[in-house]
Amino acid sequence: MTTITRKDVNPTAHLTPEDIEQIGVELDAIRQDVIDSRGASDAAYIRKVVDVQRKLELGSRAVLLASIFPPAWIVGTVGLSVAKILENMEIGHNVMHGQWDWMRDPKIHSTTWEWDNASTAEGWKHSHNQVHHTYTNIVGKDNDLGYGIMRVDEDQRWSPFLLGQPLWNFVNACFFEYGIAAYDLELGKNLRIPREKRSEAFRRSAKNTLRKIRKQATKDYVVHPALSIPTGSFLPTLAANFTANLARNLWTHSVIMCGHFPEGVETFEKKSIPANETRGEWYVRQMLGSANISGSKAMHLMTGQLSFQIEHHLFPDLPSNRYAEVAPKVQALFEKYDLNYHSASLPRQVGSAWHKIVRLSLPNGWLAETNVKNAPKQVALLYKLSTGGPKVRRAYDAMQRRAENQKRETVAA
Amino acid sequence: MALLEAPGSPRRLRDRLVRAVEAATTPLLPADYLDLFAPLRSGADLRGRIVSVHPETADAATIVIRPGADWAGHVPGQYIRIGIDVDGVRQWRAYSLTHGPRADGHISITVKAVPQGKVSNHLVHEAVPGTLVHLEQAAGEFVLPDDLAARKFLFVTAGSGVTPVIGMLRNLFPVTDEGVLVSDGLDGHSLAARPTENPLDITVVHVAPTRPDSIFIDNLHELHEAGAITLVDRYDDVHGVLGVDQLEELVPDLAERTTYACGPAGLLDALGQHHEERGLELFTEQFRPVVISAGEGGTVTLEKSGVSVELDGTTTILDAAEEAGVLMPSGCRMGICMGCVLPMREGAVRDLRNGEITTATPGETNTGGVSIQTCISTPAGPCHIDH
Ligand SMILES: Cc1cc2nc3c(=O)[nH]c(=O)nc-3n(C[C@H](O)[C@H](O)[C@H](O)COP(=O)(O)OP(=O)(O)OC[C@H]3O[C@@H](n4cnc5c(N)ncnc54)[C@H](O)[C@@H]3O)c2cc1C
Ligand code: FES
Repeated sequence: MTTITRKDVNPTAHLTPEDIEQIGVELDAIRQDVIDSRGASDAAYIRKVVDVQRKLELGSRAVLLASIFPPAWIVGTVGLSVAKILENMEIGHNVMHGQWDWMRDPKIHSTTWEWDNASTAEGWKHSHNQVHHTYTNIVGKDNDLGYGIMRVDEDQRWSPFLLGQPLWNFVNACFFEYGIAAYDLELGKNLRIPREKRSEAFRRSAKNTLRKIRKQATKDYVVHPALSIPTGSFLPTLAANFTANLARNLWTHSVIMCGHFPEGVETFEKKSIPANETRGEWYVRQMLGSANISGSKAMHLMTGQLSFQIEHHLFPDLPSNRYAEVAPKVQALFEKYDLNYHSASLPRQVGSAWHKIVRLSLPNGWLAETNVKNAPKQVALLYKLSTGGPKVRRAYDAMQRRAENQKRETVAA
Repeated sequence: MALLEAPGSPRRLRDRLVRAVEAATTPLLPADYLDLFAPLRSGADLRGRIVSVHPETADAATIVIRPGADWAGHVPGQYIRIGIDVDGVRQWRAYSLTHGPRADGHISITVKAVPQGKVSNHLVHEAVPGTLVHLEQAAGEFVLPDDLAARKFLFVTAGSGVTPVIGMLRNLFPVTDEGVLVSDGLDGHSLAARPTENPLDITVVHVAPTRPDSIFIDNLHELHEAGAITLVDRYDDVHGVLGVDQLEELVPDLAERTTYACGPAGLLDALGQHHEERGLELFTEQFRPVVISAGEGGTVTLEKSGVSVELDGTTTILDAAEEAGVLMPSGCRMGICMGCVLPMREGAVRDLRNGEITTATPGETNTGGVSIQTCISTPAGPCHIDH
């Protein structure tokens, strides 16, 4: 996709400034309804999820003590994977958003929560809550757009390194928690700075992250396998923990890809965002910059209600269990203002996101223009672009843009 | 005792074990898992479970609680802070303990529902046995002296102010469901005072709007009839509102007594002045915490930074504090990231997005205070922030 201001048809062109402010007012009212009615049953919900998650984790780990027996391995691994997914998605992510702060329970609070993940709560809250949720989908400001290692928008510049991006994306999916940790640290940017010039804050966060990773790894790959030694299950338990982490990583990566990467989700140019963006304008950006996953209740639970990514981005601090009831109201608002409510099944959204990753690993337009007949020519072109240096690539970009403008003019005529 | 722990000593072994268990549960603590099964165990945060709820009057009830294993006991007259979730929100309030040490190890409080009162109405009308509550150890100086020999006391109780006093009286003269047991000096309940050997001289002046809404009035009458105390009860609807100058008439030997009083602030203030003028000894217990009422704007005090700023009620605390040179945590600056959350120890703030008021009353918050988002909050009265 292309940032909305560079598109043929800006999907917000039909909205007047008054419309945008009115959207803000209506969304505020939806938010207020939930705030006014949140109470004991919501509190009971999150406590129940925490309770079930912890018992599931304990139970699975207990079963894994005898993981030398294949049925125990399977049951324990599945249970632990589910427990780890619940812990990261429905509990950790949402608690750290402050969705449950209103309960004033110091044990379920954004300021005290630490999650079962390589990244520290502190680092995550900064990069996710503060940067990503505030600057959602602004190219150049929201690092979630490709996590700094991938190109997920036409307006991000192509380079031959990106040919490998489907592979990077897959590797990132497998080790997603470490990817997040590195990303929270802005590791790429910071490692380019000479060691002695790196900021105090970076050094402190890096130390905390390393300590966290060490503790996490000790738990999953030393302590629990060691506890299984009496039944001769050291290696099976180690493998089970690795598998559970892998499953959790792949799952969370897929869900998160669905939130902003599917084709048709809008992005924004840095310079098109006014310095004093109004609440209405911010809301509209969130509306267009997110995509939902349709599915069952179980699916919503396992995605930590990120299947309601649109609602989550509009109201990141509302309790996650309420997104489902808010969704129809939000969707009605999209219809009223003729905006595209982007929702599809998990396979569709994952497929679409992967398609984009592949498409944008190649220069703009390349994949669309390639067919069986012109394949050799296109490959040669790709070789030239890859080896030719920035000048050649800029010339190609200019040519692409000219071709697009021409197309636009003929359509207009 | 050895100053240095020998390697392999039980203590070192235990520490090692604890560290190993922690390594297995990180990022949580072993306690987080144990709490699922044994929230009242020794070593846990102090909690209690409601055992039963007994109505006392139409709008008052006694709540019997089984405290956690680490409950350290109390002296009658003391109170506890109890944290309970009302509409899903943790609220803390203080309640006097209405008994002495009990054989079953339970504790009890007696609550009167005040109009619009969040916690009191919940406890009286909605609390159910089995509910887990959060507790702090007993506290308070409103207790009898250790040496009770040949002392004369006056208890002045108004309305629900009878609760700490009934705790003391029940301890001195155990009451069972069947009636008063004027202690024969053989049971372990009574303190130094054993009425038969060393008669205590206690007068209770109890005032209330009406008799039917007087908690424990039957207990007081039983004690009176058993000769344990001298009760003077006065009801506003029968006798008119009691003035403190009437005390000398009701209690002729007032000057020989030490007074313990618990009731509304107005009465306690009047009593304080009355006793001071006559040089009499007085101990009081105030039920009413500082009343925080919300207004427009106010002074924000950032306690650790030692900075105070005056705000008009339209600027955010975050902006104003930064303007004053304080290094504040922040993130989105629009209320969505919780990056600016700080504890307010006392005061009231208004959420600029929807006008909602959040208050922090000392003694009625989690330890530390109430978390607020400084980027969307403006003071609604003087605020003290722990930063
Ligand atoms: C040391 C101490 C011991 C206490 N012991 C007891 C006890 O044994 N039994 C008991 O019932 N209460 C006792 N209280 C009072 C109790 O802590 C609560 O303040 C009371 O139950 C009201 O809380 P709430 O949440 O229902 O009212 P809130 O929702 O906090 O307040 C609702 C309204 O009631 C007013 N209000 C608050 N407190 C009182 C009060 N005490 N009397 C009249 N109006 C009030 C408020 O200003 C407000 O307008 C004690 C308080 C202290 C400080
Ligand atoms: S700075 Fe983000 S919530 Fe206040």
